[in-house]
Amino acid sequence: MFFHEKGYLEVETPFRIPAPAPEAQIDAIPSDGWFLQTSPELCMKRLLAAGYPRIFQICRCWRDGERGTRHLSEFTMLEWYRAQADYRVLMDETEELIRAASGADTITYRGVEIDLSNPWERITVRDAFLRYAGTTAEAALAAGTFDELMVDRIEPRLGIGRPTFIYDYPASCSALARLRADDPTVAERFELYLGGLEIANAFSELIDPVEQRARFEAEAAERARHGKHGYPVPEKFLAALAEMPEAAGIALGLDRLVMVLLDAESIDDVVAFTTEEL
Amino acid sequence: MYTAADLRKGLKITIDNEPYIITHFDFAKPGKGQALYRTKMKNMITGSTLDRTYRSGETFEPASLEDRVMQYLYKEDDHYCFMDNSTFEQIHISEDAMGDAKNYLIDNLQVDVLLFREKAIGVDVPNFVNLRVVQTDPWVKGDTSGSDSKPATVETGYVLRVPPFIEEGELITIDTRTGEYSTRVKG
Repeated sequence: MFFHEKGYLEVETPFRIPAPAPEAQIDAIPSDGWFLQTSPELCMKRLLAAGYPRIFQICRCWRDGERGTRHLSEFTMLEWYRAQADYRVLMDETEELIRAASGADTITYRGVEIDLSNPWERITVRDAFLRYAGTTAEAALAAGTFDELMVDRIEPRLGIGRPTFIYDYPASCSALARLRADDPTVAERFELYLGGLEIANAFSELIDPVEQRARFEAEAAERARHGKHGYPVPEKFLAALAEMPEAAGIALGLDRLVMVLLDAESIDDVVAFTTEEL
Repeated sequence: MYTAADLRKGLKITIDNEPYIITHFDFAKPGKGQALYRTKMKNMITGSTLDRTYRSGETFEPASLEDRVMQYLYKEDDHYCFMDNSTFEQIHISEDAMGDAKNYLIDNLQVDVLLFREKAIGVDVPNFVNLRVVQTDPWVKGDTSGSDSKPATVETGYVLRVPPFIEEGELITIDTRTGEYSTRVKG
């Protein structure tokens, strides 16, 4: 309803694909020579390139080896893409969606109140590292502690009292995002946090096929360096990118959002069956 | 060898040549970032705890632990002698490794001995054992102190609270998980 009123078209794209985006830290589950999608991103961007300016999809995604109180290797994603928009437009739209979904001004998650009605916090990755981790994001990346500091020091402070958009990630953490024109060390990417829980990831889309191919090669090299298997290059996606308009897209973990709205401690509490129960 | 992806609650691994059991486990992965495996572990010998975060690709040696059913024979100085029921091999276990189990040892009691690299690190006694009361004050009829229990010493020297009606020479059942009186054995 929310999306229909805004002129979004609901789409369906195949779950099983020949070539997922070759991201360094995301592992696809092989399926008879192809792969189960880790996100519908590539197919949805091809639809943008084909001329559909506003599209959304709720679908299953799979990520190998991801299992914990906040992770299931099979989970439900809500993705939407909007042509002629950047990541800031999506921040506003995400605020509207979460307010509509919660139906309340305040939600309480794990004893923490989150006020949805007042302006939401917006903090850059650079400022978050300085404020909560006592170092710079650059130094953390160089020392290989970026992710640990993010998990241990920063994430628990985000989305407390009010939701937080943390934005402008280092360029190296954003394989499919557009870099900021005025500061190419960071990408126009944001994540939404509610009560310390990561809910959504979004960016202004990179639409330069030459740069995208180079980024994929860098990610593939990183995978090889960690001894991970490679993926075929998604050539049809790269070809379509040349036709794609300026756009922004967002992936929202629907199970995580339900966790927050229902005050569930574990993702296990919001699905009928976990992997272990099958 | 285990890898980081095998880590889970209850898994037993070896760190610095000592066995640890994982008591808390969670998987963390910040958006688009690398997987982090966060654990809390307990040293199975000393009981001390440890917080460690691992990354994918790290490997662990399983803790080679063995459970053997043994029979209690006797105490000698500060250690206890047990016999393996199947091999008749005898081993000595230090008082430290015995823990609370030493409160319940009577001749021929069958216990589970946990061994790490051939060395005994723990003893599990049955959940309920029957022990004879060797000393307790008689119950004075008409006692109005309101006390509903009194101390009693059992044949192993262990002292616990029992109901007032328990008399010396009686056999009682003790719950070894709590160390508390459970019931009187009739007859």
